[in-house]
Amino acid sequence: MVVNKTASELQSLLHSRELSVKELTEATLQTIEEKDKTIQAFLTVTGPEALAAAEQLDNLPDEKRGSLFGMPIGIKDNIITQGIKTTCASKMLENFVPVYEGTATERVKDSGMVVVGKLNMDEFAMGSTTEHSAFQITRNPWNLDRVPGGSSGGSAAAVAAGEVLFSLGSDTGGSVRQPAAFCGVVGMKPTYGRVSRSGLVAFGSSLDQIGPITTTVEDNAMLLSAIAGADYRDASASEKPVPDFRNALTGDIKGLKIAVPARYLGEGVQPEVREAVQKAIGVLESLGAHVDEVDLHYSRYAAPTYYVISSAEASSNLARFDGIRYGYHPADAKNLNEIYLRSRSEGFGEEVLKRVLYGTYALSAGHHEDLYERAQKVRTLIAQDFQNVFKEYDVIVGPTSATNAYKLGETIKDPLTLYANDLLTTPVNLAGIPAISVPCGFAEGLPVGLQIIGNHFEEAMLYKVAHAYEQATEFHKQTPPAGEGN
Amino acid sequence: MSNFTKEDIQYYANFARIDMPDAEAEKFATRLDTLLEFSDRLKELDTTNVEPMTHPLAIVNVLREDTPEDILDRDEMLKSVEDHEDGLIKVPNILD
Repeated sequence: MVVNKTASELQSLLHSRELSVKELTEATLQTIEEKDKTIQAFLTVTGPEALAAAEQLDNLPDEKRGSLFGMPIGIKDNIITQGIKTTCASKMLENFVPVYEGTATERVKDSGMVVVGKLNMDEFAMGSTTEHSAFQITRNPWNLDRVPGGSSGGSAAAVAAGEVLFSLGSDTGGSVRQPAAFCGVVGMKPTYGRVSRSGLVAFGSSLDQIGPITTTVEDNAMLLSAIAGADYRDASASEKPVPDFRNALTGDIKGLKIAVPARYLGEGVQPEVREAVQKAIGVLESLGAHVDEVDLHYSRYAAPTYYVISSAEASSNLARFDGIRYGYHPADAKNLNEIYLRSRSEGFGEEVLKRVLYGTYALSAGHHEDLYERAQKVRTLIAQDFQNVFKEYDVIVGPTSATNAYKLGETIKDPLTLYANDLLTTPVNLAGIPAISVPCGFAEGLPVGLQIIGNHFEEAMLYKVAHAYEQATEFHKQTPPAGEGN
Repeated sequence: MSNFTKEDIQYYANFARIDMPDAEAEKFATRLDTLLEFSDRLKELDTTNVEPMTHPLAIVNVLREDTPEDILDRDEMLKSVEDHEDGLIKVPNILD
């Protein structure tokens, strides 16, 4: 079956005309229909639109065929798609159809990709299990009783299950990397400003980045090259030139200087996860890298800092949902204020309401200085911590998540367990630096992710290290049982 | 230790235009207590003379000519609006 092939195998079949984009798209839609009955990764499957796009692509002459020609992709449902429902997995936007296209998806299409649907997530990207979706529970393809992680759980699960080879997620505090780790796939959180946020429904505007999720490092590098770069619609999108990240995949990491923060492998990290990551570090050493232990002192303050800043930004960003211009509209409201109150109370789920309340509190007169401004100052310390390490080291490595995938319904009652996990991912967003998660083994039969963190705009370095590691191991070749069509 | 009362939650909920009946307010009071206790850890640090970080990158604003671009179609946009007339959005009484 064509869908079991790699992206480069599919590309050569398309270029030699042995396979048409339409055939590939049809096969993909059929696979989604079969596998998504159990996985439940897709909120919307865009069959007719995808087939129409495929037919147009089949008529393109070779010289107009983009770098990812014909490749099917799924898009997290907080990235807007013109004419296609974009819900943020929220009752608030249950019937919302955007009137313009986001920059990342526009570039995905320009590179020849076919959007096959929109993927489940935690409501407004707030959560780390995808259980906060207002619509459905997505399952981890490696074990259907486990969560896929979150908030980009649908994006990671769809790729892991073999429904699509490519997806886009978004990462505000770990939401691309942690689900990638839980589902055994590759997830990149680019440098803040590397990818335009135009079209990404805002959660924490100083933290959000769109990132690719794929089965291999090479595919990931190709997708980031396609979507990155300056954009007049997002003033924070960097003017820095975007290299072809594939050029970094040399396999040569001799002499590379790697820092391992002691606390990344400390308390709270599951022993099997620690073991898998230590083995991975051993592999990097055997490839000629030099490894030292370092101290990232302020990382233990990252999670509380993250919750203050992201909630404050969310409370401001989500003020736009007022039930007037779009979104959930309560029936029979007697006056304007009642529309506001009821559309927000009835349209938002509990996790979103909690964060809006916390953010409102953190920004209020009387608490602004003590909470919000203090968090901004600690953010400075966390960012400086990283800069000190990058003066001497090329990359920082550690686990992506402290544990393997949680059982469905297991940890949602204990938010602090979830928050403790954020020690590993949130500092990266606070500092605005890039990080990638690659599969590095298993803990109790569930995938473990190796996180590689780099300095601003050093994605090429991350791809180089991740690729060298990937090629030296076999983990990326393993597929979950549900991925085989069970 | 409890930081938030039911009334506190209702006070902040009003700023955020969230309807907050008593039972809900009590539930959120407990949840916000947990978050606030978590943030107490930040008080361990001496942050005097530390500059607050407002943005992850030191970038400057990029300005362009103020010419209209990406003009959205009004009829398309009005499709998501509950009630409208002559291209304008209708809302119920602003004052009771």
